[in-house]
Amino acid sequence: MTRRERNWLLVAPAGAWFLVMLVLPLSFVFVFSFGERGPAGGYVPAFTLEQYANLPARWTAFKNTMVLAPLGTLAALLIAYPLAYQLAVRTDPRWKTLLLVLVIVPFWTSILIRSYAWIFILGGQGIPALLAALGIEDVRLIYTPFAVTVGIVYGYLPLMVFPIYVALDRLDKRLLEASSDLGARPFATFWQVTLPLSVPGVATGCMLVFILLMGEFLIPALLGGGKVFFVGNALVDLFLQSRNWAFGSAVAFTLILIMLVTVAIYMRLIARLQVRRDDVAIM
Amino acid sequence: MSKTFGDVEAARDLDLRISPGEFLSFLGPSGCGKTTALRMLAGFEAPTRGDVLIDGQVVNQLEPHRRPVNMVFQSYALFPHLSVADNIGYGLRQRRPRLARSVIADKVERALETVRLSGFGKRRVWEMSGGQQQRVALARAIVNEPKLLLLDEPLAALDRKLRKEMQIELQDLQRQLGITFVLVTHDQEEALSLSDRICVMRAGRIVQVGSPQELYDCPASRYVADFVGNSNFFEGRIEEVDGALARLVTGGGQTLAGRASPGLAAGRDGCLSIRPEQIRIGSEPGPGCIEVTVQNRIFLGEHTEYLVRHGGLGNIIVLAPRQAEIGARGFEAGARAFLNWSDEAALILNPD
Repeated sequence: MTRRERNWLLVAPAGAWFLVMLVLPLSFVFVFSFGERGPAGGYVPAFTLEQYANLPARWTAFKNTMVLAPLGTLAALLIAYPLAYQLAVRTDPRWKTLLLVLVIVPFWTSILIRSYAWIFILGGQGIPALLAALGIEDVRLIYTPFAVTVGIVYGYLPLMVFPIYVALDRLDKRLLEASSDLGARPFATFWQVTLPLSVPGVATGCMLVFILLMGEFLIPALLGGGKVFFVGNALVDLFLQSRNWAFGSAVAFTLILIMLVTVAIYMRLIARLQVRRDDVAIM
Repeated sequence: MSKTFGDVEAARDLDLRISPGEFLSFLGPSGCGKTTALRMLAGFEAPTRGDVLIDGQVVNQLEPHRRPVNMVFQSYALFPHLSVADNIGYGLRQRRPRLARSVIADKVERALETVRLSGFGKRRVWEMSGGQQQRVALARAIVNEPKLLLLDEPLAALDRKLRKEMQIELQDLQRQLGITFVLVTHDQEEALSLSDRICVMRAGRIVQVGSPQELYDCPASRYVADFVGNSNFFEGRIEEVDGALARLVTGGGQTLAGRASPGLAAGRDGCLSIRPEQIRIGSEPGPGCIEVTVQNRIFLGEHTEYLVRHGGLGNIIVLAPRQAEIGARGFEAGARAFLNWSDEAALILNPD
């Protein structure tokens, strides 16, 4: 067997999986999106752009997704960065592992149960009741975009913390000494050395969180209470409730397109910030 | 000044005055406290006891970014996300009030010229070779015109030939700029060839400070004699100290004479040090010669190193220049030979 053949053999399992589980279903979705809904639901072959013309009917879902996914990503970043910085740069190496495990611990419980917990915290008996006791009446938190954002940030924080932690941990600490030695104040050092060199971690974290958020449906369903819903919720509704496969496929395909375009633009921006090509490759 | 890390005393009672424009080296094996001393000068460590003064000012509490000191790091610590020019201009960009861009660009350009890297400003640092990175690190420090330039084993990562070249460049640079250089190294050859003065350290303490020649010719202890250059040591009892000369009787009963180092007392243990290159080797016996058997010969190009054995003194290393009279091939292993040296070339020391 030549080296080349062996290489093919090595990628064959992943390749086959990719083909059968991703490319093939996506092709179905693409084809279905030009079809029509059958009389009893499902799909009837056709070639029509009618489904795409109907997209504005689901505008709210798209709007919510496109506002709350980036917002949630940004909020997660703003909370995760200081945490990752503290863990990677400031923490005594002896404690690092323990603290990192604490960041993952929530993953040991199902996101469903954890989101339910938030229903109680944000619900009438939770924080609003606490605020009412302090004299601040009629605060409504649950089933608002705020509740969904809180849930999103909570659920996805570890995914943001880890890549940033890795980037900061890999950072050669002598560079920070060199910066200080050259006259940079601590904040200037952070701004000119630490932050630029952690861009790969930030990029990876944002990418992970953002892509997963675009398809999110559980958190909006629970914490949005049917009032704040994502495209994911619309898809659940279209495929499982109203059985309109053709329209569902058009919605799904549009979501994928939006995601690809956003990610492509984002990669461009990051690549411009990036110095070393091989750092981008860890994504 | 002193520095302790937990229970470990990294540097103890360092008392040293460095003159402006001087090239001083801290020399010692790893863990001797030389890097700690350097880091205290830079401000990365604060002395546990004592003071660091720069230009008569106590700078103990001054953070590194406020000190008029720059450092060339061991592995250079160049910023990988910045170009060569931006690395060099980094220190200038931190100045407040701000320097004009054109001023920074000019200074960077001149620094590049100084380290012979003109035209490399736009390169990325990782595209540069080790020697070039070394020069960028140097330029990044000197462009700030510090009062004190600290160099932490700056040449350790370079190959031998490049290291020689850089040594010469460092020396030229120091003369040209007139900045005080403080070098940390474990390489005695580097310290000898570069420094005006060498500060030999051991286990956190300064053992001797002096010019390279002083250290080489008049080491204060066996440790210094051993660390600075190579030497043969013969241990014994000091029989007589007579002014500048002393006499020592070895365990094997051999009486040897040499210059007396300060503080010798007759009747105490002592040790005679003789440099391998001070020993003459010949095939004919003569007055004052000792007879030895050649054990091994190492050809070193312009020199030949012999390991010889003497009945009473044990193994002796001799470094002989290539001379016609010894014969083109020198002495073979197993050959008989005769050694002698002048009493002035030998030094009798207190043992450590």
